[in-house]
Amino acid sequence: MTQTLAKPAPLAGDERVGRRSPFQKLLGRPEVGALVGAIVLFIFFSVVSSTFIQPSSFATVLYGSSTIGIMAVGVSLLMIGGEFDLSTGVAVISSALTASMFAWYFSLNVWVGVALALVVSLTIGFINGWILVKTKLPSFIVTLATFLMLTGLNLALTRLISNGVSSPSIAQMDGFASARAVFASSVNIAGVEVKITVFFWIVLVAVASWVLLRTKVGNWIFAAGGDANAARAVGVPVTKTKIGLFMAVGFCGWVLGMHNLFAFDAVQSGEGVGNEFLYIIAAVIGGCLLTGGYGSAVGGAIGAFIFGMANKGIVYAQWNPDWFKFFLGLMLLLATIVNLIVKRRAELK
Amino acid sequence: MNAKEIDQKTLLRNEADPLTHTPVHLLELDQVGKNYGNIRALSDVTMAVDNGRVTCVLGDNGAGKSTLIKIIAGLHQHDHGTLKIRGEERKFNSPRDALDVGIATVYQDLAVVPLMPIWRNFFLGSELTSGFGPFKSMDVQKMKDITKHELAEMGIDLRDVEQPIGQLSGGERQCVAIARAVYFGAKVLILDEPTAALGVKQSGVVLRYILQARDRGLGVIFITHNPHHAFPVGDRFLLLKRGKSIGYYEKKDITLDELTAQMAGGAELAELAHELEQLGGHGDVVKEVHGEMAGVEQATGKAYT
Repeated sequence: MTQTLAKPAPLAGDERVGRRSPFQKLLGRPEVGALVGAIVLFIFFSVVSSTFIQPSSFATVLYGSSTIGIMAVGVSLLMIGGEFDLSTGVAVISSALTASMFAWYFSLNVWVGVALALVVSLTIGFINGWILVKTKLPSFIVTLATFLMLTGLNLALTRLISNGVSSPSIAQMDGFASARAVFASSVNIAGVEVKITVFFWIVLVAVASWVLLRTKVGNWIFAAGGDANAARAVGVPVTKTKIGLFMAVGFCGWVLGMHNLFAFDAVQSGEGVGNEFLYIIAAVIGGCLLTGGYGSAVGGAIGAFIFGMANKGIVYAQWNPDWFKFFLGLMLLLATIVNLIVKRRAELK
Repeated sequence: MNAKEIDQKTLLRNEADPLTHTPVHLLELDQVGKNYGNIRALSDVTMAVDNGRVTCVLGDNGAGKSTLIKIIAGLHQHDHGTLKIRGEERKFNSPRDALDVGIATVYQDLAVVPLMPIWRNFFLGSELTSGFGPFKSMDVQKMKDITKHELAEMGIDLRDVEQPIGQLSGGERQCVAIARAVYFGAKVLILDEPTAALGVKQSGVVLRYILQARDRGLGVIFITHNPHHAFPVGDRFLLLKRGKSIGYYEKKDITLDELTAQMAGGAELAELAHELEQLGGHGDVVKEVHGEMAGVEQATGKAYT
């Protein structure tokens, strides 16, 4: 990612361009506030708790980070594109419920349910985006409505189909073992069990960064969030870009939803409420501007990592987990203030 | 009026395009009008744009200048009259349509995204890519080099194409926007009040780029409310007032004073001076308006006081 800035254009010694040290260049990156925060937090917990830096504990921290981070990838891109999505938390559960109950009700191979869940997740994203661009309502209102509707649908349909508050167990069904191997297995690296979601997370961050920085779609995302009217005027398909971003969020929700389902064999229909804020917090801590046009996928990943460290670190330090939310709030405030300062510097310099 | 209005029919018959030598205009409007509901925003506008010529559209606030360019740029469709590109009648459904026939617009707010680097803005919407299929990526180094080169070609010496465009001055941003339009093969360049928010020196710089664009063979439509900016660079002048054309002149048929007089309207200036005096306006301002009136009287041969 640092590639873009690390190699300034060959300028043939223009005296107006002061030599910038690598350190100063680093300060200009959107995720710098989060990076500093992550390092401080890492050192802090390493000192406070001896178990924190053990490889197995660290793998647990990474796993916790990845369950937030996978969604934070999509949410970060969406936020750079100038919108945000409050329906992500329950949409993850909708996806998992679709897969399990569809396969269970029709006694099909679970992979059929998995495929249908992907379609449903992308459709939820499409509908969010489509309503947004058609009505020009703020995404806050549109996705708040989707959030409430999905919450209701999750509970009502689950009760209707399985007569309970959780989806029926699909552990004995065809394809469950292979689906679990794909979505919820662990990989042994030097004696440490690392959950597969960590790798999903890394791949998604890499792909998102490439798209954002090296493809024209990435250019359109920055432009759609930075100034949608200007982007439209020079021929950027702003509406398609925004709908596509909501669908990308839907895709991330599908990946996480499938993990949630196959890590166990059933899903609680009331879960997921409130998680949408964790994803948004991760993206904001990672340097994405709420107003759009600025940020990075790596930043969202660092934000998720901070979340994972604070979440598990408090446990390893044997503190009362009640403190966790306080920590999260403090991190959010500090990170946003740092971002604000960085943005002002970038604009005024 | 001692200024001679252009007879559009005669012009069409007599004037050959200076570059292609055909009696067809690059862009031509004939009695174009636009309504917003029951509001008549624009009516009966006739004008032409040719290669290597600057057509100025002058008018005060609310004269219909913005509506006119929105029609030409494809943001709105006209309700009356015809719009022809090289003799072929067209109606644009989107800015993309207009861009595809070579009409590029540099908007007042510049259509640049302030937080994005200059090179990303330069190529926004027309990115260069290499590779194929889903692995198509942007050719970043080439885009940076071209940006640097094209801007240097226009005589703009930029520090660093990686800096956010929001850090540039208003004049520099105008120039980047103009260079972008020229690079992407614009045939018609619409400049929407490029000098409105600029100081004297910066305005001069932008006017120079207008002439450079003209000399590169582009047809330029220069929208402004300042006759002092329009007159030195324009070849034709269309004057708008309250959504109507109040005159269309060739440069040889009109002087700067006449242009100013036409735009301001002598009677209105007299009224303004009177009003300012009554309100206890500053002596200098009133004097200035009187001075302007004297110019108008001289030019039009009428007395307003």
